[in-house]
Amino acid sequence: MTTAVHSATNAGQRTRRTRWEKIRQSTKFWRGLIAGIVTLVLWEIGSRWDEWFDYQLPFLGLIPPPSAVVVAWGEVIPQYGYWESWYLSFRRVLEGFLAAMIIGIPFGLLLAVNRYMREIFFPPFEVLRPIPPLAWVPGSLIFWPTNEMSIAFVTFLGAFFTIVINVLGGARSIDIRLLRAAQSMGATRWDMFWRIVLPATLPSIFTGAAVGMGITWEVVLAAEMISGGGTQGGGGLGFFIWNSYMGGSLEQIVVGMISIGIAGYLCSSGIRWLGDRSMPWQRLF
Amino acid sequence: MDQNPEPENPQSADHAAGRGHIEFKNVSKGYGEEWDWQDVVLDLSMDVEPGKLTAVVGPSGCGKSTLVNLVAGFEMPEKGAILLNGNRITGPSHDRIVVFQETALMPWQTTYENIIFGPKIRGDMDKQELHEEAIRLLDKVGLRDFRDKYPLQLSGGMQRRAELARAIVNDPEVLIMDEPFRGLDAMTRELMQEFFLRLFEEHRRTNLFVTSEIEEAIMLADKLIILSNRPTRVRQIIDIELPRPRDFHMLATEEAYRYKSTALEILHEEAMKTFKTERNTQSDFVEAFSRRNQN
Repeated sequence: MTTAVHSATNAGQRTRRTRWEKIRQSTKFWRGLIAGIVTLVLWEIGSRWDEWFDYQLPFLGLIPPPSAVVVAWGEVIPQYGYWESWYLSFRRVLEGFLAAMIIGIPFGLLLAVNRYMREIFFPPFEVLRPIPPLAWVPGSLIFWPTNEMSIAFVTFLGAFFTIVINVLGGARSIDIRLLRAAQSMGATRWDMFWRIVLPATLPSIFTGAAVGMGITWEVVLAAEMISGGGTQGGGGLGFFIWNSYMGGSLEQIVVGMISIGIAGYLCSSGIRWLGDRSMPWQRLF
Repeated sequence: MDQNPEPENPQSADHAAGRGHIEFKNVSKGYGEEWDWQDVVLDLSMDVEPGKLTAVVGPSGCGKSTLVNLVAGFEMPEKGAILLNGNRITGPSHDRIVVFQETALMPWQTTYENIIFGPKIRGDMDKQELHEEAIRLLDKVGLRDFRDKYPLQLSGGMQRRAELARAIVNDPEVLIMDEPFRGLDAMTRELMQEFFLRLFEEHRRTNLFVTSEIEEAIMLADKLIILSNRPTRVRQIIDIELPRPRDFHMLATEEAYRYKSTALEILHEEAMKTFKTERNTQSDFVEAFSRRNQN
């Protein structure tokens, strides 16, 4: 459904009709809306099958119906703990993600422009890269003094490798003619970096950021479940789901899952928005 | 598409007529490691005379692009020297600007930003003066209405004209064209050739024009240099004495036809050699090994 609304608003900017009028007249929007409603209705019926027919559907029958999820959501929304979970997960994701961007982008660019750096750092980087971030969890729980720091470290790793590999690939594939043209016209190394290498790598930086952001959410959730909600650190949406599981509240598990979906969507929209703003030449068509 | 260069403003920076003189003196250039060394250019000597358009043609795979890189200073010869007005070329500089194959405009800069790029980063032109010069060039190449568009929003012909403007604003002594109209459709290509002819005839800026199209070369050039099969040498020099100003109809004259058939005959001979050597690459490879073992 979100995609339907998204594409409809995109189309809305082209004409003089207001955005809302355009959305209402778009087949994509209605198709998306109807698909969403039909899914919810089928889900509701499937989940409540046993109440009416004395027979539990496999799989679907075990899932709480949407109406029950909405009720459960209504119950947790006024609670402080639910919003604190949002806050904690968001903070961890942003911390890890920003650290990965701040370290990863210059590191990737350095590897791209300097052959010696590449020869020294690329092999160990490639050995560390395939190790899944979750494999780092036990080690970092031992190594870092607090749970909070180990979660931050693992989220950082999740985004770091993806960002570096994208930046490196993007910067290495710059058309040499652009560099040569600039060189002929008198560009210094400094000019070449700021005016050619950096703008030419921006699309890859944003690709890396978008993928890295997705991985960060995956990792932070898993790390929260593993590290638990002890006195130091813990909490977060991952722990919220885990806690609901321990407490046997299926509805709350689904509430937690959908919350993560929304959170991830907000983050990737933010990155898309930033990308559109900083690369006007990329959104021409 | 059909805009013509306007009459020249005498106060403009375009006063480069006949300044640049390029000489190749026994230039050799090759690539590879010691054991699979390939000579691309071997002992080549030629002149790109000031104020003339020198077209270079040769069979595909001969070192045409290498010549461009050498003159531009992107690469250095192993032996011999390339001189600009008597001084050895030691690296890229804005006195020799290349117009590349396809387009090499910066995609993240608008047409206007692309055109002012060179003088802007060098800081050797007054800001207001540069702005006026850029606008003048935009007019001249018929892109005034497209000054704030990005290269991807321009058609192929527009991109080439923007690139010409970006080169000319630097007022180079020699303009180097590396198959600049390749990849354009036939119609656009013809229009670009005529546009470029007028641009050249107006200023007579020394021009090294590399192409694989023999008709294009005859229509544009004062001097046609036919290169040999690899390793590249000068195979034949033909002075094209068609009257200027020229236009497309000249290609239909008896004279142009004679030039064309002479050139084609030589090119065909050279292309056949390439064809033969390509079939022999495997034996070349073996030979390279045995040569290494002997040394």
